[in-house]
Amino acid sequence: MIMQFNEETFREDYTFHNSDWAINRFPFPFHEDSYMYAVNMEQHRGGPEGSIYEKRFDVDEHYVAEMKDRAMVLSDDPLRCQSLPHMTLAGWDLLELIMVSKSEDYPDLFELHRNGDKWHWINKPLGIEDHFTFLDETTLPYGPMEYITRQTQGDFCVLDQRDDNLWMDAGIVTTQADWSLDFDIGMNFFEWHAPVPLAHEKGIFVRALKFLLNIQQGAPARRLNWTMTVNPLLDTSPENYHKWGVQKTEITPENIGRKQYLRVELQTFFRLPRSNGLVFPIRCYLIAFEDLVKIPKWGRRLHRVIRDLPVELATYKGFIDNRPMMLDYLSEFDDGEPTSDGIWPDRHLE
Amino acid sequence: MSKFNFPESIMSRPVYGTLEPRSGKAHLMVADAQGAEAIIGLSKADSGLLSKTHIIYIPKGTGDTYTGKLEKLGAAQLYVGPSYEAAKTRLQRTLAGAHMGLQVYLSGTEGLMGQAMLEATNAGIPHTAIQTEHRGSVARRMQCVHCKGITEDVMTDPFVCSHCGLSLFVRDHYSRRLAAFQGVCIDAEDPGNVPASVELYK
Amino acid sequence: MSAGTEKIAVTVTDIVKVNDLVTRFKFEPTKGGLLPTFSGGAHTVVEMKDGNITRLNPYSLMSDPWDQSAYTISVRRDDEGRGGSLFMHNSVKVGDQMVVSNPVNLFSLDLRAKKHLMLAGGIGITPFLAQIKQLDRARGNWELHYACRNEALGSYVDYLTSTHPNDVNVYYDDEKQSIDLENLLDGQPLGTHIYVCGPKGMIDWVRGKAAELGWPREAVHYEEFLAPQSGKPFEVKLAVSNKVIQVGEHESLLEAIERAGVDAPYLCRGGACGQCETDVISYDGKFLHRDHWLEDNEHASGKKIMPCVSRFEGKTLVLDR
Repeated sequence: MIMQFNEETFREDYTFHNSDWAINRFPFPFHEDSYMYAVNMEQHRGGPEGSIYEKRFDVDEHYVAEMKDRAMVLSDDPLRCQSLPHMTLAGWDLLELIMVSKSEDYPDLFELHRNGDKWHWINKPLGIEDHFTFLDETTLPYGPMEYITRQTQGDFCVLDQRDDNLWMDAGIVTTQADWSLDFDIGMNFFEWHAPVPLAHEKGIFVRALKFLLNIQQGAPARRLNWTMTVNPLLDTSPENYHKWGVQKTEITPENIGRKQYLRVELQTFFRLPRSNGLVFPIRCYLIAFEDLVKIPKWGRRLHRVIRDLPVELATYKGFIDNRPMMLDYLSEFDDGEPTSDGIWPDRHLE
Repeated sequence: MSKFNFPESIMSRPVYGTLEPRSGKAHLMVADAQGAEAIIGLSKADSGLLSKTHIIYIPKGTGDTYTGKLEKLGAAQLYVGPSYEAAKTRLQRTLAGAHMGLQVYLSGTEGLMGQAMLEATNAGIPHTAIQTEHRGSVARRMQCVHCKGITEDVMTDPFVCSHCGLSLFVRDHYSRRLAAFQGVCIDAEDPGNVPASVELYK
Repeated sequence: MSAGTEKIAVTVTDIVKVNDLVTRFKFEPTKGGLLPTFSGGAHTVVEMKDGNITRLNPYSLMSDPWDQSAYTISVRRDDEGRGGSLFMHNSVKVGDQMVVSNPVNLFSLDLRAKKHLMLAGGIGITPFLAQIKQLDRARGNWELHYACRNEALGSYVDYLTSTHPNDVNVYYDDEKQSIDLENLLDGQPLGTHIYVCGPKGMIDWVRGKAAELGWPREAVHYEEFLAPQSGKPFEVKLAVSNKVIQVGEHESLLEAIERAGVDAPYLCRGGACGQCETDVISYDGKFLHRDHWLEDNEHASGKKIMPCVSRFEGKTLVLDR
């Protein structure tokens, strides 16, 4: 297919919108009518055609607009992209992984021509064409991680592996669910997850770390995570919380369908070969409640999940105050009928 | 005793122990205020230790309560400085000339231990190999997540950022790289509604 | 998740006898194209079809990690072993097709190190050959101390001393030369990391001396592949798959589980990585634990076994597999 890229914004006038195509392929994160933490990892080796799982790095209609938003965030606050000195090699690993994947998976959009260490990269949607020398930082306008992730949707945490732990020693984070790379950089797996309630007690992180430490070259993994956001605001950063936090109070029964978004993260994990690091891309997908309920199964199920979610989780995910209003809205779409197993819609929008 | 038992918290919050003598040819102790008590305790536990030790001490508000006692310990080097900032280049120079096997002991306030640990880890010592013992004030070194400014010696929650003026609540989330806890705007969702400040751990 | 790692079909394109004990093998991808890059210190698991036995032995990759045209390994002949190295030495010929795993690194460089101090014993030199190539590209600060039995068995000594005369120090046992470890470790700048690969005795010696001199545990890296040892045959019941299997004299428990068609995870196959850790449901007999993954109390508990290297003697053993 020929990809059409939306003209849209993720701030101020919030013109972000999902087409029917994007709604149908939305990664609805609940495979049953309730939710609790789990180490819900699976292999990341493709998925149904057209789904967000199909390609290694999904490119969709929001690509160009998301990259413009990222550039604005970085211009305002360069600390959103940082790499400790020993992580440059892992940055090259990531650049190689993304360039090879995208040029193979989307040959109409991206081209990579390699002649030894002389590389030629073409990004048609963003109008970028560069010749550079692989592993020579002086031949790129940014460091390798920043260069390629300014051209790839989603946040990227680049992790060093040592002492039986993972260390968040590099990353670019502009579409995050309220955590600060600048604060968390240098932390280990348990430390950067420290503020998450309940999961430590359940042993989730111990098991997840064991799984991640053993991810091997050529065998990536994935999982979904989720939260809630008012307005299609990609950059829900702690840095700007004093500016966007107040938007949470702007929800009314009249506008909730339009302004309340389910925010889903596709988290993937790839071993980086040259550095033995691990990259942890966190790709954010947003959908307005009013679009989500167009899939009847999702409307029913979201109502039940939000209704039964433990208070600690609703608080941590930042929507405890708005939960009653969400439930009032969603209950209209829950007729009490049973839902089928799994995340996929029973029927797509035509 | 000036020790405080911090309540159990999240996994990023540092946990402090009790300094114990370790084997090694060279030892570095950095302390502030009541942290001197932990050094004196170490010298009692191992009388031979101090002759191989460089002590960097900042009395802070304790004046010369401890300096006389420290002078009597027979340390290989003893430096008493007016502030951590003043002592920092000396600490960096000491680490730059040190060798693997150096044992580092930190005692005193969280801000002092955190900043000295940062210098030691930058020099190449893993943080887990550095001993710490909290003594004295429970004041915290806080980073404002919004403006990035550091406010030293925070004793209340919430507090006002000394740089941007926002009212911040005190989190237990801690960054070794910044040697600071995280402060986050408390009235973002209800501007102007700032609860009364409460003294930490009261 | 399925066991082990991704597999690569390769063809043996070169075999070089390095000395009386060591032979080098070169593998190129059978289908053409490029092999995955790797990081210095990584190993590959080589599948050996020896009659009706399939052995999976790990070998450190010694070639340039950035060279995607071929992998090379060096195999030391072990006349007393279970036959894996003898198979490589005696049966593998140029042109043979084999299967190797994607690279796995359990002996990675700490890229933060201000200096890398490498200590090799015998065939333990191989991971360092790849690490040195990686560090040379990054202009890394490293130094190698390499102990061999004698000059004739000093694999790659000539190569190392001619390419890096100032960074390589060689010690021959039969000339009564040995690493002056205490003096070597004393005086290393802060931020130095030690890497040791060689016989168990050497690893224990280096780790012990470093600890005594106050080195942090995180600054001492080691890799020791235990080869599975032969032993008395024994019978095991696999509870999950509901199978009873026989473990042969020259076969590891892990190999017997795989032979029965039961999927079991693994990475190092040498008792180090923890991946194959298996719960014991019940037993009547005694365990011959040989791994260095489980703690002493776990060994004593009778609740866990590492089937890659450990064995069992007794009446019954039931595993959660």
